[in-house]
Amino acid sequence: MLKQCEGSHAVAEAVAMCRPEVICAYPISPQTHIVEGIGEMVKSGELKNCEFINVESEFAAMSVAIGASAGGARSYTATASQGLLFMVEAVYNASGLGLPIVMTVANRAIGAPINIWNDHSDSLSQRDCGWIQLFAETNQEALDLHIQAFKLAEELSLPVMVCMDGFILTHAYERVDMPTQEQVDAYLPPYEPRQVLDPAEPVSIGAMVGPEAFMEVRYLAHAKQMQALERIPQLAEEFKVCFGRDSGGLTHTYMTDDAETIIIAMGSVLGTIKDTVDVMREAGHKIGVLGITSYRPFPLAAVREALKNCKRFVVLEKSLAVGIGGIVATDVRMAVTGMGLKGYTVVAGLGGRAITMKSLTAMLEKAGRDELDLVTFLDLDWKVVNKQLAREKEVRRSGPAAEAMLRDIGAVAARNY
Amino acid sequence: MDKPFAITLNPGSSLANHTGSWRTMRPIYLDRLPPCNNQCPAGEDIQGWLFHAESGNYEKAWRHLTRENPFPAIMGRVCYHTCESACNRGKLDEAVGINSVERFLGDEAIKRGWKFAPQETESGKKVLIVGAGPSGMSAAYHLRRMGHAVTVMDAGPYLGGMMRFGIPKYRLPREVLDAEMQRIIDIGVTVQLNSKVDSVLDSMQAGGFDAAFLAVGAHIGKRAAIPSGDAAKIVDAISVLRSMEGEDKPMLGRRVVVYGGGNTAIDVARTAKRMGAEPIIVYRRTRDKAPAHDFEIEEALQEGVMVKWLSTIKQAGDSSITIEKMALDDDGFPQPTGEFETLEADSVVLALGQDVDLGLLNDVPGLGVKDGVVEVGLNMMTGHPGIFAGGDMVPDRRNVTVAIGHGKKAAKNIDVWLRGESVHPEPKHDLALFERLNTWYYSDAPKTVRPTLDIIRRQSTFEEVQGGLNETNALFEARRCLSCGNCFECDNCYGVCPDNAVIKLGPGKRFKFNYDYCKGCGMCVSECPCGAIKMVPEEN
Amino acid sequence: MSELQTVSFYQTGTFTVGNRLLKQEERSVQANMQRTNSLNSGHRACQGCGEALGARYAIDAAMNASNRQLIAANATGCLEVFSTPYPETSWQIPWIHSLFGNAAAVATGLAAAMKVKGKSDVRVVAQGGDGGTTDIGFGCLSGMFERNDDVLYICYDNEAYMNTGVQRSSATPGAARTATTMPVGERPGNSFGQGKFLPAIAMAHEIPYVATATVADLRDLEAKVVRAMSFRGARYIHILVPCPLGWGSASNDTIRLARLAKETGLFPVFEAEYGEIKSALAIRRPLPVEDYLRPQKRFAHLFGKNLAVDTIARIQAKADKNIRKYGLLAKEAV
Repeated sequence: MLKQCEGSHAVAEAVAMCRPEVICAYPISPQTHIVEGIGEMVKSGELKNCEFINVESEFAAMSVAIGASAGGARSYTATASQGLLFMVEAVYNASGLGLPIVMTVANRAIGAPINIWNDHSDSLSQRDCGWIQLFAETNQEALDLHIQAFKLAEELSLPVMVCMDGFILTHAYERVDMPTQEQVDAYLPPYEPRQVLDPAEPVSIGAMVGPEAFMEVRYLAHAKQMQALERIPQLAEEFKVCFGRDSGGLTHTYMTDDAETIIIAMGSVLGTIKDTVDVMREAGHKIGVLGITSYRPFPLAAVREALKNCKRFVVLEKSLAVGIGGIVATDVRMAVTGMGLKGYTVVAGLGGRAITMKSLTAMLEKAGRDELDLVTFLDLDWKVVNKQLAREKEVRRSGPAAEAMLRDIGAVAARNY
Repeated sequence: MDKPFAITLNPGSSLANHTGSWRTMRPIYLDRLPPCNNQCPAGEDIQGWLFHAESGNYEKAWRHLTRENPFPAIMGRVCYHTCESACNRGKLDEAVGINSVERFLGDEAIKRGWKFAPQETESGKKVLIVGAGPSGMSAAYHLRRMGHAVTVMDAGPYLGGMMRFGIPKYRLPREVLDAEMQRIIDIGVTVQLNSKVDSVLDSMQAGGFDAAFLAVGAHIGKRAAIPSGDAAKIVDAISVLRSMEGEDKPMLGRRVVVYGGGNTAIDVARTAKRMGAEPIIVYRRTRDKAPAHDFEIEEALQEGVMVKWLSTIKQAGDSSITIEKMALDDDGFPQPTGEFETLEADSVVLALGQDVDLGLLNDVPGLGVKDGVVEVGLNMMTGHPGIFAGGDMVPDRRNVTVAIGHGKKAAKNIDVWLRGESVHPEPKHDLALFERLNTWYYSDAPKTVRPTLDIIRRQSTFEEVQGGLNETNALFEARRCLSCGNCFECDNCYGVCPDNAVIKLGPGKRFKFNYDYCKGCGMCVSECPCGAIKMVPEEN
Repeated sequence: MSELQTVSFYQTGTFTVGNRLLKQEERSVQANMQRTNSLNSGHRACQGCGEALGARYAIDAAMNASNRQLIAANATGCLEVFSTPYPETSWQIPWIHSLFGNAAAVATGLAAAMKVKGKSDVRVVAQGGDGGTTDIGFGCLSGMFERNDDVLYICYDNEAYMNTGVQRSSATPGAARTATTMPVGERPGNSFGQGKFLPAIAMAHEIPYVATATVADLRDLEAKVVRAMSFRGARYIHILVPCPLGWGSASNDTIRLARLAKETGLFPVFEAEYGEIKSALAIRRPLPVEDYLRPQKRFAHLFGKNLAVDTIARIQAKADKNIRKYGLLAKEAV
């Protein structure tokens, strides 16, 4: 059923149709609308047999989800940014214990400086936490990925993060095709836990494991993600059979077959990129697009396959590995090891900075000429940066950089000092 | 359940980890000797019988008690219960009323008609016992239960010896004495009363006895040379008490002077009081030096018996006596002061101690006599093989409980001697000292006071002065026992072990350690209320 | 035998673990030959561990009270480490360890799962040491209290971070030596803060049930667990569990020290319902705090060459305040 709604609401409805049994809610923008939506459904009785728990922190949110999942309940929560970081210890714990929790991350920058707008710093900081991370390109895909996420998580006994760009998706009103409860029920079987705390069959979960077995435990976590690599495309296929549309999978390609340059990205920016590519194709540029849906496990083979005919690739990522450059780019470079491709890293859109077709076009043209720096900061205001660098060089007590730069660009009133 | 590797484990699997290997000291259970048992002259297992009384199983308690001493009803009245002085509970609040519980059990046995089991095996040996007092009857009981044929001969007309002729009725009612004596006869002991043994060897030969136990009481009152006129009426205390048992009650007059400070002096003075006289005790030393038990002096004073402390009788006339005041010297001995006083006296009763008539031993070869008593070895045997002696006849304290203890000890040794064996006494357990106990665990409870007869009746009748406990307060009193040194299955060790290394074996079976897991922390030792566990070094 | 019923005196009464004179149903859980031993033998706790003892006491009682339908969440700490090192666990009940600071929240999740799965007969306990409870786990605990989640949280308080090598926690008493409050300098040992008595904080949440207990009084402890299990909603029991390692006490003194903590008034033993104190366990044999402090090496610096009179007086004042506040010397407090 087609409907026009906010991305958060679409996700809330989709999650509700997955019949979650325990939901932990703690407010943080831009995730808040999702749990608000589910909360209302629980309160009204629309969503039955579900415990909605207003916890006191994200750490508690994940911890409650851990308990609930270990108790055999399908558990869900959502967070973003600082919230994700606040629950990190529990995030690692959930995957370490193999508890199939599903969590939405409404991607948002991480402070300081505090910033509520979108980039991928939050979930990418959790690259190695052992969770599966799926990135949605559209609200429709965000909705669909949640349904797939529960199935994937519970089959493998691994937690899954569904990442969707904060505000850009969560707060955008778009048309989505909302599945029916029957469709979801047909696709997603009831949760049958691999391990559960049950007085009838007591076990101790969460043993202390020493050097004699820790490596093996970690390897098994890796092996599980490798299984996910096989299972994710299959689930997307099954999803297509049930719901009649393509959603999920490891990667999406767009005009890559004859592309000389392939731009690689995750999330909603793929829309802008495709529009840009469409225009540039008309001008004769052989550019294609590779969207990565499954960031973890990282689809090395799929990436390699997609890039096998191109000359160069550009990884455009909404994240920064401070001190080296790209995060996603590092993984892509590993995928193309030995293929002799030129590769560029473009850091873009941090803290909600708009990524425009104009800037993309200019950047891609430069890349086509192989004139792009290996690491490029898209639309960086060099004037402001250089001024601040100079100021810091001159004055030991130069004051807070963010505020100084905001004054420089006139965003706040200048003050004499 | 398809459990994840390493992080999810099967329940209770740590049993594979034997933490006992950490141990350097190991706890062991032991029985320590309770101070009451250690103290009891009759060798009663007091803690043992109290254990059964605590659970209300009085018959079992009585049977346990009478394994060592067949006279609980008598003991509960006349025993001076030194066990209570030794009782560890005395350091906590007040000693357990062992004596009162013993009396309760004894009375309960009489009331319910409990009997000793009949003897089923016979040894074929015959033992002669001379004297039907506490020592003789105690020996008779034990020997009979060992299967020997026992004959008791006594010069007197009744059973009980000094228990009858030396202890007034108001302390030991005769029906109680008779009941406990009869029980001995009921297990097949032959008693010949009014049968004075003039020569033990003759009697043994005549009866074909294999051994003899001599237990003649000290029936002869000691005399003192008091200058006196012909008309002065001077009698000895033991004769007075003995005549109370017969038809002819003693004629002592109104003002009766009792000379002496022992229990017999008190007994005779209190007896005189009950007969309407005005007794006055004259004693050469002070109250705290008097050999009589203080509680008896106190009871006598309550009943109106007068006492002249630090006084000796210088002369006795027909209706008065002269006494001289004494003073204690630096060594505590009384010395004359030269001060005199005259007291009215219709009679003077001498209570200066008693002797035993040793006439029956005149021709026994090897048998030694010293200071008026028979010399015996550690096994109670005299210098003449096969002839044993006890009670008042041998050098020891003279009281009923000691005599009963002699009887038991002699019986054991006679039995061993008859079987041609030698005694190998088991080593005594370590004493259960107060310091070994963890008294925190015992409920606070003051001693139960036994009822006492009202003073008017105490002054005018021979009714029993001290009453007994009823079941409720006897049970209460029994439960005050700390069970020193002996497990009473309080489950503390079982509970306080952090390693579940104590195995509970079930009611009556106590506990054992599971050394696979015991780490040797010693908590069970510290928290055992009664000190029945100790730590010993682990062997390599 | 009918008269037996009228005698309410049982030699040791309920002070000992068991009592053969009591009726079966009046005996403690720990006296039972078929007790659960929820925390089984073979665990790696130190000799004389108060926490191992307290945990078995409490969890066995909870098992009994819940008809063996019990699940536990455990904070990181000694109890977790010594009970579940791979490949062995000492727990005989369904048990989960997640993190140091989230036992209360994990338990909340478990309780929610039980409710939603229609298994309301399965009860949930959370447990942790004083560090996992009064410090790092405090936020989750307070949240669990405030929401009145159906969890019994049990804190085993040994007054420091013992698992990591005896560092100070917010439950460490003034003057106590720990690895981070060494007995050196002008004010040796832990500084006297304002105190953080978690039972009082729990009471401030007005949850259905709050109680304190010690390993020295099993029957009281068991009764409190039973009482706690009779409520639905958030409940808290704070159990003092002496630690021979951290306190520098003899391994056989664990129970004695717990008893002394209570008898001196330093550790008030009481229970409260919906924020109001309902009863306090009276001091039976009043003792000065010195009797409690002396056997512990963590307080040894108070009894060196110069007796730390002022510090001891300050600790005594704390005990006296407890005695006044909780009426510990009153007869009716029993």
